[in-house]
Amino acid sequence: MEFSEHIKTANVEDVVLRRPFYQPTKGTLCVTGHHLIFSNRGGDSARPFLLLLRNIDAIEKSVENLPSVSSGTITLKCKDLCVLQLDIPGMEECLNIASSIESLSSLETVSEMYPFFYRPPFLSLQDQWGLSSTEQHYAQMKEIHDGWRVSQVNRDYSVSPSYPPAVIVPHSIDDETLVKAARFRQGGRFPVLCYYHRETGTVIMRSSQPLSGANRKRCREDELLLQAVIDGSELGYIIDTRSSQQAQQARMTGGGFESKSCYRGWKRLHRQLEKGKVLQESLIKLVEACGDQSHSVDRWLSKLENSKWLSHVQTALSTAGLVAECVERDGHSVLVHGSEGTDTSLLVSSLAQLILDPDSRTLAGFLGLLEREWVQAGHPFQQRCAHSAYSHVRLRHEAPVFVLLLDCVWQLARQFPLAMGFSEPLLLRLAKEVYASDYGTFLCNSDQERCVTGVKERTHCLFQSLLRANERQHYSNPLYERTELAIWPSIQPPSLQWTCAFSPIQWPFDMC
Amino acid sequence: METIVMEHIRLPKVENVRLIDTVTSRRASVGTLYLTATHTIFVENETEILTETWVLHSLVFSVEKQASTTTGCPLLVRCKNFQVLQFVIPQERDCHDVHVSLLHLSRPEHYEELYCFSYNANSDREDRRKAWDFINLKAEYSRMGLPNHLWKLTPANHHYKVSDTYPADLYVPKSATPPVIMGSSKFRSRGRFPTLSYYYKENHVTICRSSQPLSGFSARCLEDEQMLEAIVRSNPRSDFMYVVDTRPKLNAMANRAAGKGYENEDNYSNIKFHFVGIENIHVMRNSLQKMLEVSEAHFPSMSYFLEGLESSGWLKHIKAVVDAGVFITKAIAEEGISVLVHCSDGWDRTAQVCSVASVLLDPYYRTLKGLMVLIERDWVSFGHKFSHRNNHLNGDPKEVSPVIDQFLECVWQLSEQFPCAFEYNERFLITIHHHVYSCQYGNFIGNNQKERTELGLQEKTHSLWTYLWKNRTDYINPLYRPDHSQTQGVLRPLTAPYCFKFWGALYNRFDRGIHPRQSVMEYLMAIREETQQLEEQLASHEMDRRAEDVEAIWASPPSNSSVGLANTPGDYSGLGGFLKSPYQQKEPENSLLILPWPQELRKPTDPDLSTNGDDQESGIAGLSCLSPPNEESAKDPDSDETAYSAA
Repeated sequence: MEFSEHIKTANVEDVVLRRPFYQPTKGTLCVTGHHLIFSNRGGDSARPFLLLLRNIDAIEKSVENLPSVSSGTITLKCKDLCVLQLDIPGMEECLNIASSIESLSSLETVSEMYPFFYRPPFLSLQDQWGLSSTEQHYAQMKEIHDGWRVSQVNRDYSVSPSYPPAVIVPHSIDDETLVKAARFRQGGRFPVLCYYHRETGTVIMRSSQPLSGANRKRCREDELLLQAVIDGSELGYIIDTRSSQQAQQARMTGGGFESKSCYRGWKRLHRQLEKGKVLQESLIKLVEACGDQSHSVDRWLSKLENSKWLSHVQTALSTAGLVAECVERDGHSVLVHGSEGTDTSLLVSSLAQLILDPDSRTLAGFLGLLEREWVQAGHPFQQRCAHSAYSHVRLRHEAPVFVLLLDCVWQLARQFPLAMGFSEPLLLRLAKEVYASDYGTFLCNSDQERCVTGVKERTHCLFQSLLRANERQHYSNPLYERTELAIWPSIQPPSLQWTCAFSPIQWPFDMC
Repeated sequence: METIVMEHIRLPKVENVRLIDTVTSRRASVGTLYLTATHTIFVENETEILTETWVLHSLVFSVEKQASTTTGCPLLVRCKNFQVLQFVIPQERDCHDVHVSLLHLSRPEHYEELYCFSYNANSDREDRRKAWDFINLKAEYSRMGLPNHLWKLTPANHHYKVSDTYPADLYVPKSATPPVIMGSSKFRSRGRFPTLSYYYKENHVTICRSSQPLSGFSARCLEDEQMLEAIVRSNPRSDFMYVVDTRPKLNAMANRAAGKGYENEDNYSNIKFHFVGIENIHVMRNSLQKMLEVSEAHFPSMSYFLEGLESSGWLKHIKAVVDAGVFITKAIAEEGISVLVHCSDGWDRTAQVCSVASVLLDPYYRTLKGLMVLIERDWVSFGHKFSHRNNHLNGDPKEVSPVIDQFLECVWQLSEQFPCAFEYNERFLITIHHHVYSCQYGNFIGNNQKERTELGLQEKTHSLWTYLWKNRTDYINPLYRPDHSQTQGVLRPLTAPYCFKFWGALYNRFDRGIHPRQSVMEYLMAIREETQQLEEQLASHEMDRRAEDVEAIWASPPSNSSVGLANTPGDYSGLGGFLKSPYQQKEPENSLLILPWPQELRKPTDPDLSTNGDDQESGIAGLSCLSPPNEESAKDPDSDETAYSAA
């Protein structure tokens, strides 16, 4: 398909661009297949302003058509929460530009997206895509080689379409058992290892819910698998990210939870974490509150409260703290799951790792954690980040789980400003990239989809780019001082700070 | 005086008192409680290291005796620096005696009973006297460029004969004649006529201050009109000025019925009138009270905290003060128009707004010495009623209000937005806050200059400013960059509501669990200190070598000479209000990097306060603090939750 079909007017002169913190500037606007390009005709050294069309969440237009004046204004509300305004001379040009933006920004075909066209001089497509594979990760952890192995049971994605081809499982469990256990878990997401704690020899696992259903079905293999995890120890914890009522209700639709009688030694605790629509609406309300121009503190705090965003931050951090405490202080292994195992489970398991594991707090370690626990583990980025807080499109699968993770990490870094090897700008950059990016990292919903669409061959990896020397310097925390200790966050409300990152005029700046 | 105080002490010592950790409510320490003339001291028994908690009587805000229980009689002591102590005294009679004694001790009737008159009283008189000259307002006005061809020093208020709440030295426009000053002062509350607060050298524009005019519904005063005219004319580049009334319009209008009010634009040629709507001292007092209730709550939900913070209105009031400061700053620096600021009496809101504007306008007030000078000028000299507002003596509780507290918070909010623009750190602001209440130094005793002179404070007490200056290494912001573009010139803060944060470091000062676990500030200060020491060692080493060469006698400075000035946590807490014994002051070297215990993840479920309850299982159950024990879990026989919480 040709992008040009969508472009009725490619160039308009004398357009005025207005954006926060900049003087309005006049210049030429140009629409291409993936970008809006605005260049200042003054010929000064300023680089043209480039906006990925994919970044546009909502577009508003108003036109004036009088004999004397014919003009229009387009307001672009971006997924990174920035709001821009274009004053365009000529009503027709304005309408053409608007309709081009509308259709080009909503193209859904992955292989037509910009990462497939982005070819920076500093990266080569010959390089390995991504930082590490499961096998490489496993090879680095010599201490687990006795008890754990890499299984290729999912090499053709037939056992679990959303899992990577290789996963780490207990040594004593063979692939046949895994296949059967997978049938008993939603989406085939059987329990796999995500973190091994050296001092206690205990682990954090994650999975999806068991499909015990209304009849309380059992699966011998699934039970064996979990038994093998706590082999020799008397106790393990299952942290279910749903309330026990929700878990009960899930049985009616074929889901369920691990019953005490079938999983000996496993104790189940419920911590309700919101996801899906509730979380998306929370973000929408939060952004609305930040953008409120009435400038009264009173309304701001009640709107902030009403958005519940900080409550979600608090619950996520406290659940992660609980998991970390089970592992570090109690010396017991933990299995985390909710229902699908692709959202809140990942949130909790990655936060718990940040609390416990100094290696995951370096710049490279953190990006590696995101790659393992989010990209490879099958967080459906494309569905979750199709739209952000401004879109009027009816919500389907959107949910800012990843943005919630970034806020939680920001809170951790705020409480432990020396413990993280990366800085706030990295979190802001990731929040932007996850919605619209030059890189292929956040495309698609799973490893399988990324293979099918050729993301790994034909796009570049964001994480690799972020680890180049000059980028690394920009995103490193100058105060970083490695600590081997666990970093226990305070979850008291006064310890959790609202951030201005959710305000339309604050996004690119880290002043607060 | 000592004997009068001693009479109040009914019981100097109580044993087997328990001090409850109000933050976790889990732990309590047993020890002996002593009442002295100046402090309440709690000495812990049975610890390897001697642990003492000292509370200055003047910092005690309230003492509350609660209903007896089987374990004893609880006594709740709330301090003005937001420390809360809960003692449990075995015998009710003893508790009663301590209660009554503390009530007397914390509410002295006379200035002479205050701590500053006995604090370090035997030091050299001459040194003490000289120390007071450290901050000199004459020097401050000449720093601003005064007097000059537009503004002069007037002797009108010498011997405080025009206004007993104003300082003796005041600056007025050159054209303001004595009759104009006299006439204007008669038309203003408490004789507080318009006079200069800040002179903006760059463009000769001024911030002036006064009290409200006695205009009622129609009264006029020619001299007052001439006075304002003189101010307008002293700014050659503008033909009008702003009059900023910091009160809400309704309040100002209500004052007219009492013969007071605000300037009528028709009578004063060349003024533009502007209300900024900062609430009065009573609203502010209640607001703080509400906010403290929220900040003291144990394990509140996020919603409770945010709703409580909102309904306290505290951040709204802080924003109102900053907004007013921003308005004036724009007028002065951008429009080049002079401003007259007043409220009712011109010693609360006016002081806040003038000093916030000064901080925004002039980088000098963002330095250590500059802030001292500013407080000395706009607050101390201009008659902010410190002793009334900060409850130094047993007085009218309706006079108490956190007015200077709000100013300090405004400065903190600004320093959060401009982390490199301030020479002083948060600790400096908190220390000033502490001593505004502590009565350890003479600076803030009394309500105006006249009273202070009569009390002979400069002869009988010490000055806080010299103490702070001596220990300035503790108060320097390591991020301060005097050469940074942000640091120079006018600050233009964002004032969107989300830019105003809750100041946990002050209001939850003693609740260490909620503070960030690592402090960038302390880390950088430690690095700076270490660098300094190394440099000194290097210097002394080189000196030694040179000394050897020439065979001269150079005593290398003792290696700990710099340590004397160094920042140790003990110096900070040892100021007199709250301190632990010196044995505990030095925290382990790596304390910056460590937090020992994930306690706030735990819930105070253990009813037995004396046990440590350190079993790890209850710790984990404690994480349920966010979602109270799931009621549904009872219906789920499979769930481990029920059994687990019971365990």
